[in-house]
Amino acid sequence: MSSENLWEVFVQSEDGAPHEHAGSVRAADRELALQNARDVYTRRGKVFSVWVVRADEIVATSPDERDCFFDPSNDKIYRHPQFYKVPRGVKGL
Amino acid sequence: MDQNAEFEARIARGETIEPKDWMPEDYKKQLIRMMSQHAHSEIVGMLPEGEWITRAPSLRRKKILLAKVQDEAGHGLYIYSGVETLGADRDSVTHDLLTGKAKYSSIFNYPTLTWADIGVIGWFVDGAAIVNQTMLAKCSYGPYARAMVRICKEENFHKKQGYELVAGLANGTKEQKEMAQDAVNRWWWPSLMMFGPSDKDSPNSPQLMKWKVKKESNDTLRQRFVNLTIPQANAINLTIPDPDLKFNQETGNWDFGEIDWTEFYEVLKGNGPCNKERLEARNKAFKNGEWVREAARVYAEKHNVQ
Ligand SMILES: [Fe+2]
Ligand SMILES: [Fe+2]
Repeated sequence: MSSENLWEVFVQSEDGAPHEHAGSVRAADRELALQNARDVYTRRGKVFSVWVVRADEIVATSPDERDCFFDPSNDKIYRHPQFYKVPRGVKGL
Repeated sequence: MDQNAEFEARIARGETIEPKDWMPEDYKKQLIRMMSQHAHSEIVGMLPEGEWITRAPSLRRKKILLAKVQDEAGHGLYIYSGVETLGADRDSVTHDLLTGKAKYSSIFNYPTLTWADIGVIGWFVDGAAIVNQTMLAKCSYGPYARAMVRICKEENFHKKQGYELVAGLANGTKEQKEMAQDAVNRWWWPSLMMFGPSDKDSPNSPQLMKWKVKKESNDTLRQRFVNLTIPQANAINLTIPDPDLKFNQETGNWDFGEIDWTEFYEVLKGNGPCNKERLEARNKAFKNGEWVREAARVYAEKHNVQ
């Protein structure tokens, strides 16, 4: 058991960009976690915002269940625009 | 297909292995060993350079060196966080370094005697690290590869500031040029040793290459570093201390002399000039930081914000 909590760090590089996972830090509380995240993952370059979240609060899919978990989205080709036929020559669709 | 065969197939297809994926115990074990050693090297690597922060000859140089040493701390932390994804316990990884159980790159067991050493370390040691880490950025283990991508982006500054420093000395007074040459003489061979034992004596390499943890062999990487560095030395009229150095027209490589492997293994065993000092410095820092960790812990408990 490590003496400090594990926090996952997400960095947004610029206004409008998504937050991306950067890595993790150890810290006793949320305020220190944010400061550690700044010192470790944002020493240079563009940074707009940082999130930290307790690693044990993250719920994730498991690799073994990947196939059946994501299965519902694999067999619905009608969710893609290529599925539909339109008369030749019609534009703007 | 059994799990092991499936794993080998994934590696063969060039897929990335992520923390929750099934992996052979030995893959995990080797990665923990390799990544911890790498993280420890970043952390211990702060010591020889850190000694010169207060003695930097200008404010510009002091700021550069501070930023560089701070980056190395960051590199250590990126990789420690990668080691943790394999289930390794952070406290015991730290403990292994402090007790001398874990290894780190032997280059950091050499002393920084003059200001020129700071330049040559950036040029040679970070230069060698770039060659190695660029390869590791394509490693099959996702968290390690991603940490390397992050690190590689920062290393170019390390190398360039070092080369600029050395070039300045090489074009300076007679004493400055001598100081630069002396640093080159002392750091060249230990830098070549950073790539590890020669392929024929490297017990872990074939398996690591099979798993695509390492994509190229120690000797290949070492040769790449030599080929990159010789023209850089020539450009500033410094001499590489190897009488056997010769450009090979056929292979396009710079052939170089035999490395003193006895020295390599002695330093690795703990008999280098600074092994004891480095471990003592790390233990002292850990001990001196105890009250800070304790205070943060107590504060978090008291305010229930952990
Ligand atoms: Fe580094
Ligand atoms: Fe570096």
